[in-house]
Amino acid sequence: MISKKPPEAADKRKAWSLQQGETLAGFLFVGPMLIGVIILVLIPIIATLVLGFADWNFVQGFDGIRWVGFQNFINLFQDEMFIRSVRNNFIFLLTVPIYMLVSMVLAVLIDRYVYFKGFFKIAYFVPYVSMTVAVAVVWQVLFQPSYGPINEMLKAVGITDPPKWIADPNFALISIMMISIWISIGFNMIIYIAGLQSIPKDLYEAADIDGANAWTKFRRITFPLLSPTSFFLLVTGIIATFKVFDIIAVMTQGGPIGSTTMMVWYLYDTAFVNLKVGYASSIAVVLFIFVLLITLGQWIAQKKWVNY
Amino acid sequence: MREGLEWRKVIMTIIMFAGSILFLLPFIWMLVTSFKVETDVFTYPIQWIPRKWNVIENYKEVWFGQYPFTLYYWNSIKVAVTTTLLSCLVSAMAAYGFSKIKFAASNFLFLIVLITYMIPGQAILIPQFILYRNIGLFDSHLGLILLGSFSVLGTFMLRQFFMGLHQEYIESAKIDGAGHPRIFWSIALPLVKPAVATYAILRFIWTWNDYQNPLIFIRSDNLLTLPIAIQKFTSMSGEFYSLIMAAAVSAILPLIIVFIMGQKSVIEGIALGGVKG
Repeated sequence: MISKKPPEAADKRKAWSLQQGETLAGFLFVGPMLIGVIILVLIPIIATLVLGFADWNFVQGFDGIRWVGFQNFINLFQDEMFIRSVRNNFIFLLTVPIYMLVSMVLAVLIDRYVYFKGFFKIAYFVPYVSMTVAVAVVWQVLFQPSYGPINEMLKAVGITDPPKWIADPNFALISIMMISIWISIGFNMIIYIAGLQSIPKDLYEAADIDGANAWTKFRRITFPLLSPTSFFLLVTGIIATFKVFDIIAVMTQGGPIGSTTMMVWYLYDTAFVNLKVGYASSIAVVLFIFVLLITLGQWIAQKKWVNY
Repeated sequence: MREGLEWRKVIMTIIMFAGSILFLLPFIWMLVTSFKVETDVFTYPIQWIPRKWNVIENYKEVWFGQYPFTLYYWNSIKVAVTTTLLSCLVSAMAAYGFSKIKFAASNFLFLIVLITYMIPGQAILIPQFILYRNIGLFDSHLGLILLGSFSVLGTFMLRQFFMGLHQEYIESAKIDGAGHPRIFWSIALPLVKPAVATYAILRFIWTWNDYQNPLIFIRSDNLLTLPIAIQKFTSMSGEFYSLIMAAAVSAILPLIIVFIMGQKSVIEGIALGGVKG
């Protein structure tokens, strides 16, 4: 058969329609995810940014929106409860290095110095996979000030006036932080164990030949080579502290007298209890900026102190 | 010297075992308390083995009483299973599309998805709430399921695995005349099955434990999932701590079972993806 068109043109057209087919298939495959993300995430984040400049109450309907410019943000920085929630959030950051340190030690011990590794991995991981709400309810009872098991034990060992834990403004945040550390250890430990397993064994063998003791090996090999893992855990840990919610909602509701109010709790309280949508959106904007700054900071800091 | 080293390991194992028991003590206390009669809950010294057993009565009250956990279980199972299935499908499709199909806007679209990964869920709650109120998805299980089904995290995780598949598989299937849907379903997906299973277990655990979305998007008592039910149950039963602990045990137990059964893939998945739910 004699083709009327030159063969290259036909090839080109074929390639063109093939590429069109690929594009169509591509859109088909990423389509559901993309539509979901646009409707449920992208549009809402834009709406949040816009609503941050409004004064609005759910009940009034869309006609009730009043644009107030930066007033919400100005108010935020004079709002004692908000400042307190940000401060509590920053105090809460202390949990991150603490559980990272504990997890690192546990990971090294489990990876090298014990039998039944599998058991220990599961045991320390259980609080992380358990339902936070159920765990919070259990701790609520354990911390019961006058007859709870923890204070009974403290009294038994001679502490006559044990703290009132979550009922005491001076102890409530620390109590929540302790539980949060307990929950986070398992996750961090698993990541550290994975990090340890990627360290080449011959480094330790070489150190053995040089007569290095366990501490030297830890200081000179393990710790530096774990720095990418530590960095990752630090960043995700910091971001996670800005999202703490369940445990506060169940155990203290931000109290007593605001001592455990955190940004997300304050956001929830403002939006869904006090129905101040605009003001709550401006809190969301500040929260978003915090997370954004941490993520950006990660890129900059990464190059400085992480050993690859 | 070898002998000494082993001894050190034995001693360390014993110390660590004691440590892990201490670590798990709240769970042990919860379990033991759920077996007790109410009057024995706070006796001191703590009865680690109940003096009087009240197991059947406690659990019967929790499961079939005024706040029937059978209903909340059903709700939780329905939401968690459907979310998991849908999320796996949507994420796997997107992961395949972004890694195995070369098309024009691919990189740009992936960037959009990437950006949304950084957005904290709580920052978009209010518009989501308003949207749901206006399109009738508020106070429905479908709405809850949709919220959990478009996980960027799942797309990232699975994309890693799809990228590991050799392009030759895809090319040779194409030469044999298979289209992308077919290649995806009968070649690519089976090859990444372990990764999908890992993600599925994680997604199930996260959905089962999710407190925030049901708190905000569900209002009707008969639609509640377990985390909210636990909280309601706790505030309603007030001082009946043995019942509250039976409720907590009931909520956590299936999770621990799923976790122990799939622990290898859960731990590997967590370690590999470094994911935080």
